[in-house]
This record gives sequence, structure tokens and C-alpha cells, in this order.
Amino acid sequence: MSDAPIRAEKVTKVFGGLTAVDGVDLELRRGEVAAVIGPNGAGKTTLFNMLTGLYRPTSGRIRLGERDITRARPDQITALGVARTFQNIRLFPTMTARQNVMIGRHSRMKAGVFGSIFRPPWVNREEREAEERAGEELKFVGLKADLLDRTTASLSYGDQRRVEIARALASDPHVLLLDEPTAGMDPRESAELAGFVLKVRDERKLSILLIEHDMKVVMGISDRVTVLDHGELIAEGDPAAVRQDPKVIEAYLGRSAA
Amino acid sequence: MSAALGKIKGFDQRFLVIAAILFAILLPFFFDRGSSFMDDAVLALAYVVMALGLNVIVGFAGLLDLGYVAFFAIGAYTMGWLGSTFYSQANGGEGVHLLVTGAAANLPGIHVNFLLVLVGAIILTTIAGVIIGLPTLRLRGDYIAIVTLAFGEIIGQVAANGDQVRIGGIWDKTLGALPLIPDLGSEATLTRGKLGISPVDKIDLPFVDPFTSLDIRSWYFVALGLVLIVLFVNVRLRDSRLGRAWVALREDEVAAISMGIPTVKTKLMAYGTGAALGGMSGAFLGSYLNTVNASQFEFIFSIFILAMVILGGLGSVWGVVIGAILLSFVNSWLIPDVLNGLPGQLGLDFDLTQVSFAIFGFILVIVMILRPEGLIPERSRKQEMHGIGTGDRAGAGSDVELGEAR
Repeated sequence: MSDAPIRAEKVTKVFGGLTAVDGVDLELRRGEVAAVIGPNGAGKTTLFNMLTGLYRPTSGRIRLGERDITRARPDQITALGVARTFQNIRLFPTMTARQNVMIGRHSRMKAGVFGSIFRPPWVNREEREAEERAGEELKFVGLKADLLDRTTASLSYGDQRRVEIARALASDPHVLLLDEPTAGMDPRESAELAGFVLKVRDERKLSILLIEHDMKVVMGISDRVTVLDHGELIAEGDPAAVRQDPKVIEAYLGRSAA
Repeated sequence: MSAALGKIKGFDQRFLVIAAILFAILLPFFFDRGSSFMDDAVLALAYVVMALGLNVIVGFAGLLDLGYVAFFAIGAYTMGWLGSTFYSQANGGEGVHLLVTGAAANLPGIHVNFLLVLVGAIILTTIAGVIIGLPTLRLRGDYIAIVTLAFGEIIGQVAANGDQVRIGGIWDKTLGALPLIPDLGSEATLTRGKLGISPVDKIDLPFVDPFTSLDIRSWYFVALGLVLIVLFVNVRLRDSRLGRAWVALREDEVAAISMGIPTVKTKLMAYGTGAALGGMSGAFLGSYLNTVNASQFEFIFSIFILAMVILGGLGSVWGVVIGAILLSFVNSWLIPDVLNGLPGQLGLDFDLTQVSFAIFGFILVIVMILRPEGLIPERSRKQEMHGIGTGDRAGAGSDVELGEAR
């Protein structure tokens, strides 16, 4: 057994007649940045949704370390230390940036109905700590201090991305899944984000799996790349080798180019 | 600059709240102890408690509940069962008396102190809230409404036909055989249908004379006390980990569950809490109205309470208070006492009370057109209603279809 923080073993997901992911093996190694790439509809996000528990695989297993999380609920998986962002940012639009990040702390907090009503000292402390932590995370991702208490709907696209990453980091993950973090960014912003991903990995001792379309980002920061096409894994390995793989070129550019 | 403004605003709000509470405490001293205004005021306060309870479910957690009357019924029946001569054969006809004084202490039937009844009502309605919550967990929006509506109807039917359900035999063989739990006698039924359990024990508090129906002032203060408790619960829950989680679930369930919010547990907490508050009010009303009667528990009552919440502003604690007081007074004073003769004066052959729910519907339509977020909107609802921020989500390709998420 390797000590992969998260691993998919022969996972398959079938929607009706469509096999979105077909027997894919994927392993994220400790401390690495790995990328999943592939054309639109290749099954990348479906794979992410299985890793985080939003979808239950039709067959195959998902392991978190030694633990089988195939049938675990998303909130349980988050509590076990897996956090994610979404391709089309999914913040809570009417909440402030700070409140959004405090939601990320939810699984590390305990107050229930009675705790919330009667507010014993430990609840106040927990709440204060969550608020401070939210501020720290937002500072870490580079959100300007005067935007902390603005509703996220009123933030710019780039800032929303930052808040979403801060929200994921607030849950104390050891595995971070980023679904197209540079979508909609210009080249300069993308390069900035790529640098930031490495910084997060190093400072937080995280293992990061990302779905990415921007090849510059993928080649620049990934230790390993996995390529999906039509739900199947067609190549895997270090970025330079994958780029030369005729099957990958074919998947992206069509048969004639290969 | 904006921080300073916020401070002034916060101060203003605190001042307003204190002023409103003082006003509510002093108000009864300007009216006769038995006046009809006091009667209307007590009803209004009881409805405020219910509306604030429903606000937890519909306003905070965004779960459209059309069967809230069920919790009124269960709370009221708890009062009826534990505070009347209804089970007159209980304990071999000698009755059961627990911490009661006054007339009730010598009557047959089960008579339990109001505070204990309140606790019992809270426990029973919380359980009922969780039971109604369970089947709706996989549902969304309109479908939740349908299931809760059905649940309200079921409870209403059980109340109406409960006079045919003899629980005495089974009860005495099982629970009645246990120590401390009285037997009920073989004639005992579940409810008394449309005849109603009546009279119901008056509220009996320690250090205070037992209440009477002539002195409404003391009822008023108990109702006000319940309102203050429920207000406190609402405000505390709103500004807590749980309150945040409810907003998150309401706005984006997939994101919420992915951020570690357990949907099942969090939603059930909303149902349970909201139900418990409705049960408190139900027990109070059972005693105050002096009858627990199946005709009180009809669908229209759920809509009445929901209308208060919507009128005031979904999720807005102070808005809901205002909404409940307004609609309650429209119902118990404006329509029957002030405007009732209006159709007659116009040469029409009906009383306004006959169409009171049409009037409520009309009020709601007007509110929806002019001020869809309610009279005193909650901040985030206001944004939702005016399309700020949520528009993007509806249009964008979704990562996850909700039917698939679990």
C-alpha cells in the first residue's frame, strides 16, 4: 500500500446510458501537485464529484489513506480533510466573504441548537476563533481588508475565486481539489494563481489535485498529469512526457494531427 | 465611516427593541383586565410565537412548510391531555395531580402544572418535527411543501376522528402497567373530535394565583414571556454556526454539503426547533382558548401563520413579529369589529368575516407586488428578491445536478 492521501481505484460512473468515467485509477501522492486534464466532457469534474462524495461511483473504490470513503457523505469527507473549489464558483452570494469562509470552518466547530442559544463560553470562543481564522485565510489568499465584510456577490470574479479557496482552506484540509481554478482569468492572473497554488502546497503541507485547461499552468506547476478522454484514462506521467504522448495529442486535436 | 454608521444603527436598533419591550409591558395597564382588546392582544402574542417558530423552518432554513398547524395541534393536545377532565377515568377515577393548585387539584382527570405541560409539548412537537422532516430531506422546494401539507392534514384528520380511537385498553395494558404512569380507563379515546376537550385547565404558575378567564392581563404577561423567549431563541440561532449553515443550505445546498455541513442533521434541527416553538404556543392557546377542538386545526391556519411570516419578511425576526401582530389584529379586530358591516352597507348580502381569508390573500398579493421581500426584509433576502448575486448561479452550467447529489 502506498501512502497516497487520496486514491480512486477503478472508479466508474454511469449516468443512464452514458459512462462518464470508466474504470479510472488515480492517485494523489503526498505533497504533490497533480493535474487532471482532458477535453470537455472527458469526465474530470465527475471524477472530482466522486472523490468528494457528491456522486457515488457506480463501481470502484475511493480511498482516503487507508480508509474507504466510497460511500461516505460529502460533509463527512470534508471533515476527514478533503476540501474543494468549484468550476463555476459556488459561493453563498448573500453572505459576506468572512461568513463564507466561516462556513468552511463548520466541520471543525461544534455548537448545536442548545450551544447556539445559550452560548456557553466555549461557543463564544469557537465563534471568535472561526472569525479570526476566516480573516487570516482571506488575508492569506490576498483579499483586500476592506472587502472582508462585503457580500461575495459584489466582489470581482478574481476575488470570488480567492474567497472560494480561502473557504476550502479554512476546513483544515490535507487534500485540496481545485476544479479549473484559472477559468476566466487572463494570462497574468493565471500565472499569479499558479504561483499561489505552489505557495499553498508548501506552506500548508497539502497535496493538491487540480483540473486545469491552461496548459501553461499545468506544465508549470504539476508534478504529474493524468489525462482523461471520454471517461477513460489515456495517459499518465510527468508533464513533459504526457505532452508528447500521441494519444493525448489525438484526444485534443483529432486523429489527423497525431 | 461605515463602521461609525453601523454603530449608530446598532445603537438605534437596541434602543428600538428596548422601547418596544417596555411598550409591550406597559400596554395592558391602559386597558381593562377583561377587555376585548386584551383578548386580541393575547392572541396576537401567541401568533407571534408561532410565526417566529415557522420562521426558523421557512425563513432561516428555507424549507417551505405548509403543515405548521400540526405543531399547534400537538402542542394544544398535550395541554388537553395533561390538563383537563378529559381522561376522567384516569387512575381509577381519582385523577392524577402533579404540582397543581386551585380548582384543578380536586377534579378527576389528569392535571399537570402548566410549565411541565410546556416541556411535554416541546418534547412531543420536536419529535413530530423530526418525523415530518425525515421524508422531506431528499426533496426540494415545492415538494417539501406538498409533504408537509399532507402531514398537517393527517394530524388534522387524526384530531377530527380521534374520538373513535380508543387508546385506553392498549394504554392500560402496556404503559399504564408501568409505575408512575397512570392507567386511563378503557373508555379513553385519543381526542374528542370536533366537540373538543373543554374545559382546559387554566395556567397555574408557582407563586401566582391560578389564572381566570376574566383577568386577561396575567395571560398577556405569560404570552409576552413566551414571545421574549422565542425572540431570544430566534436571534441567537440566526447569528450562530447553525444560522449560517441554514443560510448556506438555502442558497446552495451542493456547496454547503461540500463545505462540511451535514444536510440531514442541519435541516432536522430547523424542523425540530421550529416545531417546538409552535408546540409551546399550541399548549398556551389550548389553555387560553379553553378548548382543544379538531376544527381549530385546519389547513387554513398553516397558511395564516405562513402569511404572517411572508408579510413581515422571510427570515427577518422583527419583520415576522410585525407581520404576526398586524395579521392577527386584522383577523380578530379589523375585520370582525370594524369593517364587518361594510358589505351590508353597500347592499351586499354577506359579512366580511366570511371572506377574511380572501382578504389575507389579497394582502399577500399586494405585498408580493409592492414589497416581495416583506415589510422589514432580511438583508440577504432583499438581495435575492432583487436578483443581486443569484442570477449567475441559475444560468451557469451546474457542476452537480441536485437529484444526483445526496
